[in-house]
Amino acid sequence: MLWKLLYRNAFRHKLRALLTVCGVAVAVLAFGLLSTLVDAWYAGVSAAAANRLVIRHAISLTFSLPIAYMEKIRAVDGVKAISHMTWFGGVYIDRKNFFANFAVDPRSFLDLYPEFILPEDQRSGFLKDRRGCIVGRGLARRFGWKVGDTVPLQGTIYSGDWPMTLRGIYQGRDKSTDENQLFFHWDYLNERLKESYPRRANRAGIFVIEVAHADDAPAVAGAVDAVFKNSLAETRTETERAFQLGFVTMSEAILMAIRLVSLIIICIIMAVVANTMIMSVRERMHEFAVFKTLGYGAFHLAGLILGESLVICAAGGALGIAATFPALRILAGYVGNIFPVLDITSTTLWLDVLAAVVVALVAAAFPIRKVITVRIVDALGRVA
Amino acid sequence: MKLLLAYSLRNLLARRMTTVLTAGGMALVVFAFAAILMLAEGLRRTLVDSGSYDNVVVIRKSANSEIQSPVSRLEAAIVETQPEIASGPGGRPLAAREVVVLINLRKRGSQSTSNVTIRGVSEFSLALRPQIRMIAGRMPRPGLLEIMVGEGIARRFQNAGHNETLSFANREWAVVGVFDAGNTGFNSEIWGDAEQFMQAFRRQAYSSVIFRLRQPDAFAAVKTRIEGDPRLSLEAKREITYYQDQSEATATFLRILGTALTIIFSIGAVVGAMITMYAAVANRTAEIGTLRAVGFQRSAILTAFLAEALLMGLIGGAAGLALAAFLQFFTVSTTNFQTFAELAFQFRLSGEIVAEGLGFAVVMGLAGGLLPAFRAARMNIVEALREA
Repeated sequence: MLWKLLYRNAFRHKLRALLTVCGVAVAVLAFGLLSTLVDAWYAGVSAAAANRLVIRHAISLTFSLPIAYMEKIRAVDGVKAISHMTWFGGVYIDRKNFFANFAVDPRSFLDLYPEFILPEDQRSGFLKDRRGCIVGRGLARRFGWKVGDTVPLQGTIYSGDWPMTLRGIYQGRDKSTDENQLFFHWDYLNERLKESYPRRANRAGIFVIEVAHADDAPAVAGAVDAVFKNSLAETRTETERAFQLGFVTMSEAILMAIRLVSLIIICIIMAVVANTMIMSVRERMHEFAVFKTLGYGAFHLAGLILGESLVICAAGGALGIAATFPALRILAGYVGNIFPVLDITSTTLWLDVLAAVVVALVAAAFPIRKVITVRIVDALGRVA
Repeated sequence: MKLLLAYSLRNLLARRMTTVLTAGGMALVVFAFAAILMLAEGLRRTLVDSGSYDNVVVIRKSANSEIQSPVSRLEAAIVETQPEIASGPGGRPLAAREVVVLINLRKRGSQSTSNVTIRGVSEFSLALRPQIRMIAGRMPRPGLLEIMVGEGIARRFQNAGHNETLSFANREWAVVGVFDAGNTGFNSEIWGDAEQFMQAFRRQAYSSVIFRLRQPDAFAAVKTRIEGDPRLSLEAKREITYYQDQSEATATFLRILGTALTIIFSIGAVVGAMITMYAAVANRTAEIGTLRAVGFQRSAILTAFLAEALLMGLIGGAAGLALAAFLQFFTVSTTNFQTFAELAFQFRLSGEIVAEGLGFAVVMGLAGGLLPAFRAARMNIVEALREA
């Protein structure tokens, strides 16, 4: 009964109610998309394993470490496994086709990163071919690559052409695993560097180690850094999570802007819904005056208006949330290469709901105050 | 016509709360739109101002930036012999060999670190960058472990102030000077002696050679010669183009983000305007009937309501831009995707952004007001009058 009354009131003015519902839906949609975008920024952080540490040159990431460090690090107490990666920065045909590509030590790399799942035959094929590479499922789909294809990369840091053969396509174990990367043999890179730039050969960008227990991480990190203290290439060891977070904080200003903007959209829609509610109540002032005359108190009147506002926002919110899923799929088509992991989290959905409720509450507040404070005589005499 | 405008304006004033809310919604849209464009513009301007038209940057072929570009001593020496290079004091070529690396420094008052560009310079580096002005201390002397820092760095990073000591690459560097490079990328750099840096960072190669052209139009000739020289695998760019390219990715990203967001936002605001205008029409049915009865044409009614919607849009747009103008007092720092280095820049309001923002507001007002205005204009006189 109550529901029917609220619904009838809310949609008394069909066009206006529909427009408002659309507005709320668009706002909730935009809000959901933006927070998913922010989450995508943190994808690397959430994909980080707690028991992996990253060792890099203390000066900055652009400096590489001697490969000889590998055995010294392996000897440190608490280090269970070790591998290394080098950012290659290769370009596929055009700079616009950006994706991450690394030179890795294949065997230890695949052991250390169990989240990259590769069929057994492709795995052995990759291990055997020094000019082989593997790519994520997303990347293979983007460029239509099949196993056996030649992938010609052009070096930016290591100049020259670097053709390689695609030996495998990996799948991510988790939703947060990045499926838009390319990995190839570090040996391939190193052998050519030995000939062309001997000074740059035998070096690795970062070392990644695995510790037995995540609790040991700080102690092991300290021990590794102590080994290379005062050497020509000092190291900085941090958890994979902290390492990834370092990248995120670099673009903090842009993240702040996006967060701010997603609050602004909520404010905009608040103004729109408040406007609708104010107009709707103003037009019905006579009715409210009659209610008041009949003896209905502030509680009932407020409930009536708030309920109406909630009906509109709930309809808009539901529509917006429903639209988020297909919209995200479209968005992924455009920015999928920058943000490989676009996934709606339950937190985002709860925030959507919260936003819709807050909008409803705030929008109802003005007209409720008006209705409660107005004198019956004035309200009855008023011309809308 | 004047009467009609006055009528529209009065109508807006008569229902203040609704007008304020609707225009407020539009103001926020325009604010968000302008803010993001201002961010992109600030970034672009900062990098463009960093370059001079007469200067040429020579880096390794296919390197995106100086950081990835090794230029050997031999190559640098060959570049310096080009006849198009202007002469400096003593008849020597006005060219500078520089080495650029990134180092990780801790920010003041926080645990987070950021990549800072550090530039090893030689004798003529300063002469090639007229934007730079010392504001405290002196230049670092060649051969000593001394550095000078951009004003943006001195403010934001630990131990980077004047007379403090920064430690990196296993050495202690005395900060002997602070320079102000205005709104350019150099403001976020640390400068020291190139030879000292090369030893400290164990580098054998420079990153780039910068020189001034004797005649600005000689660029094509020197570019062809350098890029055609079989001994060199280098490429030459005007400094201004070089820096423009570096702002491209981030600025484009911001522009796309800004436009996409604004289009979504504007749907919300247009809906708001439409609701307001429909209500305005519905409430004044009798008035419209009267106006038509006393002889106002349909087109006049249409114009009046459209004018009302446009006015609302303009008020919203102006308010949003006014709000956005205050952003210019803020400096933000973010990592430039292309160079991977931290860069400080300000929000910049340009005439173009003002025009785009206002245009956008007007379009929103128009989109919101068009349908309701048509409804008002199409009203039947008799029926409209009966409503009252």
